[in-house]
Amino acid sequence: MSEEHKESPESISRRKFIRNTGFTVGGLAVGGILGSLLTRQDKDSNNGKKDTHAEAGNFNEALMYFTPEQFRITEAITERIFPEDDLGPGAKGLGVAYYIDHQLAGDWGFNAREYMQAPFFVGEKVQGYQGRLKRRNIFDIGLREIQNHSMAVYKKNFTDLKGEEQDAILKDFEGDKIQLTTISPSGFFQMLRSATLEGAYSDPLYGGNRNMDGWKMRKYPGSQMAYTTIIDKDFQEVKPQSLKSHMNH
Amino acid sequence: MARKLPKVDVVIIGVGWAGGIIASELTKKGLKVVGLEKGKERKTEDYFMVHDELRYALRYEMMQDLSKETITFRSNEKIRALPMRQYGSFLIGDGLGGSGVHWNGQTFRFLPYDFQIRSQTIEKYGPNKIPADMTIQDWGITYDELEPYYDTFEKMAGISGEENPLAGKRSSKYPTPALKKTKAMELFTDAAKKLKLHPYVQPAANLSESYTNPDGISRAACQYCGYCERFGCEYGAKGDPVVTVIPVALKTGNFEIRTHSNVRRILKTGDKTSGVIYIDETTGEEIEQPADIVVLTGFVFSNVKLLLLSNIGTPYDPNTGKGSVGKNYAYQVRKGNAVGFFDKKKFNNFAGAGALGMILDDYNGDNFDHTDLDFIHGGMIILGQTGQRPIQNNTVPKGTPSWGPEFKKTSLKYANSVLTVGGEGSSMAFRHHFLDLDPVYKDEYGDPLVRITYDFEDQDRNMAKFLASKCADILKEMGADQVDYMQELGPYDVASYQSTHNTGGVIMGSDPSTSAVNSYLQMWEMDNLFVVGASAFPQNAGYNPTGTVGALAYRAAEGILKYRDAGGQVV
Ligand SMILES: Cc1cc2nc3c(=O)[nH]c(=O)nc-3n(C[C@H](O)[C@H](O)[C@H](O)COP(=O)(O)OP(=O)(O)OC[C@H]3O[C@@H](n4cnc5c(N)ncnc54)[C@H](O)[C@@H]3O)c2cc1C
Ligand code: SF4
Repeated sequence: MSEEHKESPESISRRKFIRNTGFTVGGLAVGGILGSLLTRQDKDSNNGKKDTHAEAGNFNEALMYFTPEQFRITEAITERIFPEDDLGPGAKGLGVAYYIDHQLAGDWGFNAREYMQAPFFVGEKVQGYQGRLKRRNIFDIGLREIQNHSMAVYKKNFTDLKGEEQDAILKDFEGDKIQLTTISPSGFFQMLRSATLEGAYSDPLYGGNRNMDGWKMRKYPGSQMAYTTIIDKDFQEVKPQSLKSHMNH
Repeated sequence: MARKLPKVDVVIIGVGWAGGIIASELTKKGLKVVGLEKGKERKTEDYFMVHDELRYALRYEMMQDLSKETITFRSNEKIRALPMRQYGSFLIGDGLGGSGVHWNGQTFRFLPYDFQIRSQTIEKYGPNKIPADMTIQDWGITYDELEPYYDTFEKMAGISGEENPLAGKRSSKYPTPALKKTKAMELFTDAAKKLKLHPYVQPAANLSESYTNPDGISRAACQYCGYCERFGCEYGAKGDPVVTVIPVALKTGNFEIRTHSNVRRILKTGDKTSGVIYIDETTGEEIEQPADIVVLTGFVFSNVKLLLLSNIGTPYDPNTGKGSVGKNYAYQVRKGNAVGFFDKKKFNNFAGAGALGMILDDYNGDNFDHTDLDFIHGGMIILGQTGQRPIQNNTVPKGTPSWGPEFKKTSLKYANSVLTVGGEGSSMAFRHHFLDLDPVYKDEYGDPLVRITYDFEDQDRNMAKFLASKCADILKEMGADQVDYMQELGPYDVASYQSTHNTGGVIMGSDPSTSAVNSYLQMWEMDNLFVVGASAFPQNAGYNPTGTVGALAYRAAEGILKYRDAGGQVV
């Protein structure tokens, strides 16, 4: 693409954006975020400031929930789901297993904002998830069963298998080829798949999408203030920016 | 015992679009109004970090906390209803402004046919066109009668748009011009015109330019930021109650909002209501708020739940077809879609606005002949450009694996080269689609959850297939290299997102024996109680609902003022 980086609105910072657009800030409504930013003192000029993503990311790369073994298995599984290739990093390079670990430690892992009251009955498929287990329990059980199945079929740890062997194990889960009394193998696999995409593509603030590489691979610009100048134009690549860039104000 | 507060003129239950509009209209006329809202306060400053797909779109930051309250669902009366434990099919709004804060802003007027669907269908096709168990009804109001209220709503919100060539007459143009057209929208327009269809830019509550409304509220233009539906607008560019009607009501000095106030009962004294009981969720205290008039604007589920729990109105009985509270629950048949993959074209798919898109109504309402078709009605066809955020948009051509190297490569390849054309199918009412109280599952206070009994019918399956094939034709004409489209609708599934266009349960009409509220949304069985929202729709049209909710809210406000002056039924 030869038009790349041409006339794109680049990573305009919020303040710059507000300066550049000739908003008539008249109404009650625009008093909101814009108002507070406009009245903020122009105390630093951020343009030359070094990006601190990398360092901040490093402190985050420790475990809140997983055991080291669970972490390694998760890293191996998610890499099979979203592998490294010539387009860019896979789940491992993007930090997806850290993302999942951090999510399991919080609301998502506890199903905190979901209806978890008894009685529990097996429902029809169209009635959605009806289990009593929380996601962190499902991961504990699911990762152990992946390991068990790997030992049963190949007499090896999951993480020691060849790629195709790992895929075969995962396909057995995906297709409910194995019987478990505790969790749904395909349900667990789907949870892994969607968590992998979340970890690849959510804002780096959550520990995945390292260096915004997930976004870069698909030319997704992340969080931009405005697309008014390109919305009616042909495809344009816009340099991505994350939510952290908004903290520079 | 509940602590009793001094009486006010009006108490509003739920401060979303409906509640906000009622509040602004009544306080302007000097009535003292209290708005009880179970969720929290919201303001534009909340959205400093709003471009966060995970937090808002996948973790439902702005939606009702389901651990406190949800609904239960069953496909039919023979199976056990189970709770919707996680979000799926629809999302329930919560907090000041309700779902009006995180909606897309697609703002339609229903077709004249929609309001008289039963009589016009019979007139044109004979009584046998309507299956015996299809319980569709006329609304008790015509399009022409509702038109001035649509106009008021559109001017208040600053709706942008261009004339729809196949719709009812408008008394004035849209208050702001149509949004910009993207390349994908242009492609759709050209293809549709070649197919002799009638495309127009979607009417939007995303402002196309800065705008000052008749209430004197000024707002900035939409920036096409691509984080609109499920998100709040950091610019106030989206028409939302918090930046339009609510400040107008507050400015009068006659409106008091109490957030974290969850209403549990409407009090009944003889054939009137005397106020409500609510819980202050910050203290747990039970409080009685007496009022001369009560307005119920808590969205479909709360509206039905509070009436049934408070023994107001006659509960619907699906066996006899008698009664009205809970009757004619309907939805939106949205899966009749086609997806087109372009090998050589790329679009700015990452950019967009909640209501940016092209629409055509050639297959909506009775705009086409149904004589030889096995369904009535239809739906609009849309190519939307809302901004394809990366976690939730990884569509690959049929036959591609859903994970692994092939999936990664293909999903990246099409990230900016896939377009969807969708049918927004109407939803007819059926005798066995209804809402009542669940016998087993309870909310955080021990009150029963609302139970939905609903499934798709032949009407829906046939219509969705028809719409999907029309969508595919358009994408082929647009030059897509591969087009996949829905083959079979399948059963209604509460676990997959479709739309938050739930309707019915407290339906309007001209006959007290078949409807719950009159055409001013006043309860037939209780003169000083008005129930406002999509709960009043006797069935749902082939469009998003909120334009019509807004119009009905303005009309209800007028009805409330009439009642205040004259008493009794205002029709
Ligand atoms: C993601 C999303 C996108 C949408 N996009 C569109 C669109 O583009 N076009 C369109 O037409 N429609 C759209 N809708 C639907 C639209 O948002 C609703 O039709 C509209 O908001 C309904 O307004 P309402 O005032 O009736 O209810 P709501 O906006 O739901 O407000 C009801 C309020 O009542 C409160 N409440 C409920 N029960 C109680 C109680 N017991 N006590 C106190 N308070 C209570 C709730 O907390 C809520 O704030 C969308 C919905 C969603 C979720
Ligand atoms: S798309 Fe427009 S209206 Fe929607 S949130 Fe962004 S700026 Fe606001």
